[in-house]
Amino acid sequence: MSILQTPNGFNLDTSGKRVVVDPVTRIEGHMRCEVNVDEDNYIRNAVSTGTMWRGLEVILKGRDPRDAWAFTQRICGVCTGTHALTSVRAVEDALGIEIPENANSIRNIMQLSLQIHDHLVHFYHLHALDWVNPINALKADPKATSELQQAVAPKHAKSSPGYFRDIQNRLKKFVESGQLGPFKNGYWTNPAYLLPPEADLMAVTHYLEALDFQKEIMITRTIFGGKDTHPNWMVGGVPCAINIDGEMAAGAPINMERLNLVSSIINRTLEFIENVYIPDIIAIGKFYKGWLYGGGLASQSVLAYGDIPDRANDYSPENLMMPVGAIINGNLKEVHEVDLRDPEQIQEFVPHSWYSYPDEAKGLHPWDGITEPRYELGPNLVGSKTNILQIDEQAKYSWIKAPRWRGHAMEVGPLARYIIGYAQGHEEFTDQIERTLSALDVPLNALFSTLGRTAARALEAQWAAHKQRYFMDKLIATIKNGDSSTANVAQFDPKTWPTEVKGVGFTEAPRGALAHWIKIKDTKIENYQCVVPTTWNGSPRDNEGNIGAFEASLMNTKVERAEEPVEILRTIHSFDPCLACSTHVMGPDGKELAEVKVR
Amino acid sequence: MTETFYEVMRRQGITRRSFLKYCSLTAAALGLGPGFAPKIAEAMETKQRIPVLWLHGLECTCCSESFIRSAHPLAKDVILSMISLDYDDTIMAAAGHQAEAIIEEVVENYKGNYLLAVEGNPPLNEDGMYCIIGGKPFVDQLKYAAENAKAIISWGSCASWGCVQAARPNPTRATPVHKVPGLAQKPLIKVPGCPPIAEVMTAVITYMLTFDRLPELDRQGRPKMFYSQRIHDKCYRRPHFDAGQFVEAFDDEGARKGYCLYKVGCKGPTTYNACSTVRWNGGLSFPIQAGHPCIGCSEDGFWDKGGFYERLTDIKGFGIEANADQIGGTAAAVVGAAAAAHAAASAVKRARQKGGENQ
Repeated sequence: MSILQTPNGFNLDTSGKRVVVDPVTRIEGHMRCEVNVDEDNYIRNAVSTGTMWRGLEVILKGRDPRDAWAFTQRICGVCTGTHALTSVRAVEDALGIEIPENANSIRNIMQLSLQIHDHLVHFYHLHALDWVNPINALKADPKATSELQQAVAPKHAKSSPGYFRDIQNRLKKFVESGQLGPFKNGYWTNPAYLLPPEADLMAVTHYLEALDFQKEIMITRTIFGGKDTHPNWMVGGVPCAINIDGEMAAGAPINMERLNLVSSIINRTLEFIENVYIPDIIAIGKFYKGWLYGGGLASQSVLAYGDIPDRANDYSPENLMMPVGAIINGNLKEVHEVDLRDPEQIQEFVPHSWYSYPDEAKGLHPWDGITEPRYELGPNLVGSKTNILQIDEQAKYSWIKAPRWRGHAMEVGPLARYIIGYAQGHEEFTDQIERTLSALDVPLNALFSTLGRTAARALEAQWAAHKQRYFMDKLIATIKNGDSSTANVAQFDPKTWPTEVKGVGFTEAPRGALAHWIKIKDTKIENYQCVVPTTWNGSPRDNEGNIGAFEASLMNTKVERAEEPVEILRTIHSFDPCLACSTHVMGPDGKELAEVKVR
Repeated sequence: MTETFYEVMRRQGITRRSFLKYCSLTAAALGLGPGFAPKIAEAMETKQRIPVLWLHGLECTCCSESFIRSAHPLAKDVILSMISLDYDDTIMAAAGHQAEAIIEEVVENYKGNYLLAVEGNPPLNEDGMYCIIGGKPFVDQLKYAAENAKAIISWGSCASWGCVQAARPNPTRATPVHKVPGLAQKPLIKVPGCPPIAEVMTAVITYMLTFDRLPELDRQGRPKMFYSQRIHDKCYRRPHFDAGQFVEAFDDEGARKGYCLYKVGCKGPTTYNACSTVRWNGGLSFPIQAGHPCIGCSEDGFWDKGGFYERLTDIKGFGIEANADQIGGTAAAVVGAAAAAHAAASAVKRARQKGGENQ
């Protein structure tokens, strides 16, 4: 069979053996992946399929815009809150509502705590088993693990041989029971696992430590938002009123005791990230630095919208602490401006997505987006409509649309943000990157890889942990200066709103650039559109045949055993996919949808 | 739940010889020496943790995220020492056909002896293909796994009621577990909430393991121990409701004093859940304590019951410092009428009686 070259420079060859992974596990939501592997076990064609769709935007149509945060928050319970924050920003943008400085600090602390939590849980509980073999940990000498631990993180208290022996015994008892739970049917004899037993034992121990600690990180969100998962937000500020020393402060949402609790969590979080997460990344990275597959689009096209406004209500790149911009064709010397309102910049395509457009040769800006589901499979499908054995990627093949920035398929996420920050010479990011490259003794190119993606996520968790402290100090300083306000309710009443307005809200979700576009008419939602990180990363082919970031990242990777998809999982996981996010997308044309044929 | 793995296998007609072979294969598959096989055999002959298949349909994974935040017991201890979480596609190591094989193995080997936990729900439109697992509709996987289950746990509001994707107009025809056509009739426990409280989730599991029986359920299938009271009944701001002291707007004087959030939309008076008693993150807080009205996330169809900032009902003559009994009684009566499935009269009566005890 001939080789097909994509406009974005990948040679797709479908002649080799087809390997199907469905479900791709340890992700949020549902996803399928198919690859063709040549006779030398290299991946020469990759196809990623979003396998769920919920249609949240049609559900939003006609509702109160002040409620939209709660609906969109339920797009995802892993990146819980980031959609809610994006939503309240979109409504505030549409209505011209300014929020108090304290609300900005509290929102930033909540958003940063999500970044940290999400990155930590992703690494240890969704991603680690692609690098770490828990069964091999049984062979470790606990004394050797203790020495390794003390060498990589001298400040971490839990490092004695006895401690690791206890963990190992517990693990041994678990394995000997024959009931392996989450480790069942793993790929534990696969040579793709490269860690020595003592490093495996250290990492498995931290899998458990991180599982215990992650719930502490979210305490800040329970204090400010009342619960977690899915804390509460509001248009115009935050709902948690502050009462430091007034009457009935003890029953107020935020008082001195609550602030002390948040403050102590922030300190402990920073400690955990710096004494466990970062050293583990370096320790594991040293054994895998020869495995630098998975770069995909990272070395050519990356995108970030920016987030974490220093001062409230200013969303200009200069005021955003996370990097903003687009890099294309691998030219790090030029970072392009990104304008979410420009109809020429962000467009979504559907020739390979299970939706229909009147003219599928064209893309649509989210303001004008249409989404009409059309589930149909191509002529080369193997199987049937309800039993897909092999998908036909020449036709429609995913519940994810294909968003493009000026026609380019883009990668988003921590690595994209760090590449842009690096290209801009932003010291906070270049310092972290250079320190990591030197600790691993690898060149800059190593960044454009699966390992680079995984490392960037850890660096960002560390960065975010420091910034939490910055905004906590800022919150205290503002209160000290006599300003305790947390909400601007001047325009909370819909009677005060103009008849017709539209707005855009954006954040950097843990997984990458996220934006919501809203149109409000007669105080109700007329149209709501989200373009989310995994829509970018997990996108199928577009009208011109460009492959998306997941697909690109798998290309030309060597797999040790085609029937055991460790390498595929490792690279796909490095994006931290969130399929419930990516596949909910729904256009303004909701009427047809309500009439979807019921069989 | 008391049968050992070995007994189950023997009952299925598997010989001891095959059983020992299974143990050696397990050891070999893990890359462990032959010395491990007898240890595995011994463990399987003496005790076992109950297998759990935790399936995910259309959902957002907030239930799993909540579960791992459990402070007592820790999620780690539930997973390592209490249950055998054999299938949960959010955390399991295996993927693809190696993952799907586990469901078949558990369904066949543990007939009537495993728990099915469901997060999310199946869409029925488009032949179920709005949610695809292993190339097939999720609803098929759900029905297959339910066939031999001992009991089904419907985690969260998606599995219990339908939740956000089932809100009007429910484009995919997302359907709660107990309403799935053709689903095997099994004892079914609803643990609603978006998400449910972590410690409520782990308590439901540990209750079943500790007492070897299902928790007592109310008429809607929820454990009575956590869902028999409204948030309003035990809310620490209840005295302000009774005294007619309300937050009129966010961040006003009342908001800073912790007054009642009823007028800014609180759904606590119509919501059955344990938020005001068990609270969240190890008992730390709950939405009302953090200043936001309850949005009623554990109630059936809460997305379609009016805006989150709209008052439950406009009660005329709701004067400041009016007679406390009168206000409490009036509100409870209105609430009772709204919660149709419940015995309204007794709920109101109980609420009145308990009102006195709890203040």
